[in-house]
Amino acid sequence: MNLFDFQQVTVSNVSRHYGRRRALSSVSLDLQAGEVVGLLGPNGSGKSTLLGVLSTLIAPSSGQVRYGEQLSRALGADLRRLIGFLSHDLQLYPELSARENLDFSARLYGRQEPLAVVNNALGRARLAERAEEPVAGFSRGMRQRLALERSLIHEPRLVLLDEPFTGLDDRSTSELIERLHQLSKDGCLIVFATHDLDIADGVLDRAVVLRSGRITELPNGHGSLRSRYRELVTGGGSMEQRTDV
Amino acid sequence: MRKDIRVESRSREMLYTTTFFAASCVLVFSFAFVRSGRPVEGAEAGIIWVALAYAGQLALGRAFERELHQDALRGLLMAPVERAAIFVGKLLGIMLLMGVVEAVVVFFVAVFFSTAFFDYGLLFISLLVTGTIGFACVGALFAAMLARSQSRAVLLPVLLYPITVPVLIAGVNGTLSLIQPEPNLDLARFWLALIAFFDVVFMTLALWTFEPLMTE
Repeated sequence: MNLFDFQQVTVSNVSRHYGRRRALSSVSLDLQAGEVVGLLGPNGSGKSTLLGVLSTLIAPSSGQVRYGEQLSRALGADLRRLIGFLSHDLQLYPELSARENLDFSARLYGRQEPLAVVNNALGRARLAERAEEPVAGFSRGMRQRLALERSLIHEPRLVLLDEPFTGLDDRSTSELIERLHQLSKDGCLIVFATHDLDIADGVLDRAVVLRSGRITELPNGHGSLRSRYRELVTGGGSMEQRTDV
Repeated sequence: MRKDIRVESRSREMLYTTTFFAASCVLVFSFAFVRSGRPVEGAEAGIIWVALAYAGQLALGRAFERELHQDALRGLLMAPVERAAIFVGKLLGIMLLMGVVEAVVVFFVAVFFSTAFFDYGLLFISLLVTGTIGFACVGALFAAMLARSQSRAVLLPVLLYPITVPVLIAGVNGTLSLIQPEPNLDLARFWLALIAFFDVVFMTLALWTFEPLMTE
């Protein structure tokens, strides 16, 4: 049984260097349970690195991340139990079937009644009829839906998604948006990196723009997320920690 | 480990690669070391351990490469289990595969060189098992550490062999002391104890360093 829980995640002055390259530079953020936060920014701006730091897979070079009042270092497996991470690379085993991939994750996370949990997840991913087929034969969209269910199979408190809309058709995109809203209502904190600004516009509670590893202001105004983002990218921007959408 | 076995049972790529490689090694050596139907004395011990080391290296590289595919290694590291447990699971999988290769290698060497390995079967198997633990333990740690490195194919043997060479030498000498015309059991036990000592050192270091090495 996991006794640890948290309502907020606080990123304080986090920097991450890879040799001389600075992937994140003095990033500070406050994230609250129930929020849907989008990480926007050009390729190589540090979005995936920030997700990696939040997931505890990447250790900051300096600064710290607190989950509730506690540091990730002190929590280890208890914290990882509360985090669901959908990486851009999907983290599936192509030789295994959809059911086997989900079953492996369900057992790894110690879910009770894994068979029922896996069947529910297959239904949500609309893969029940192809549950026994190897994932290697699935389209990108099908693998994306399966990977999303894999990352949510343990009902995490913090959901981290890297490009979750990649490869999804209209129906799957709508279902994912609905799912994110439901997770948010259930008190999950959702952070996702995306380039799909039009889709993200209807999902986000707030957007954080990363440029060269730093958080940058998104211009105020009533325009669409895309137009404000474009204005920022073409016109530059000053430093600010958060921007409400 | 069950997942690894399931994945391997679908592709069988590691099993086929390592066993064919090891069997080929034995075949080639048998042409070099068997003259006029008489094998060079003691060559069998070296052949067994060389074949195991190279076949093991093939398995080690592939075992973690598979986890890299679609970044599954990150998914494993995110699991709410002690990361040392992930290492032990991978280690057991690699050892199981090496065990199969060992059975094939010992069979072929016994046939080609007419060697009676099982006159002192328990000691011989103990040497193989402890030697496999030591080799696979260091190998699994380095393979995991190098999994994200582009030059892992070059770096793995460069790091692996200098550290595991005491285990391989002890394995060769231990096996030799069992199969020579007048077996020396005390000497075989000494080499076995030495390998066991290395196993304890390697395992302790691997379990201690796996988590920090795997955190980016």
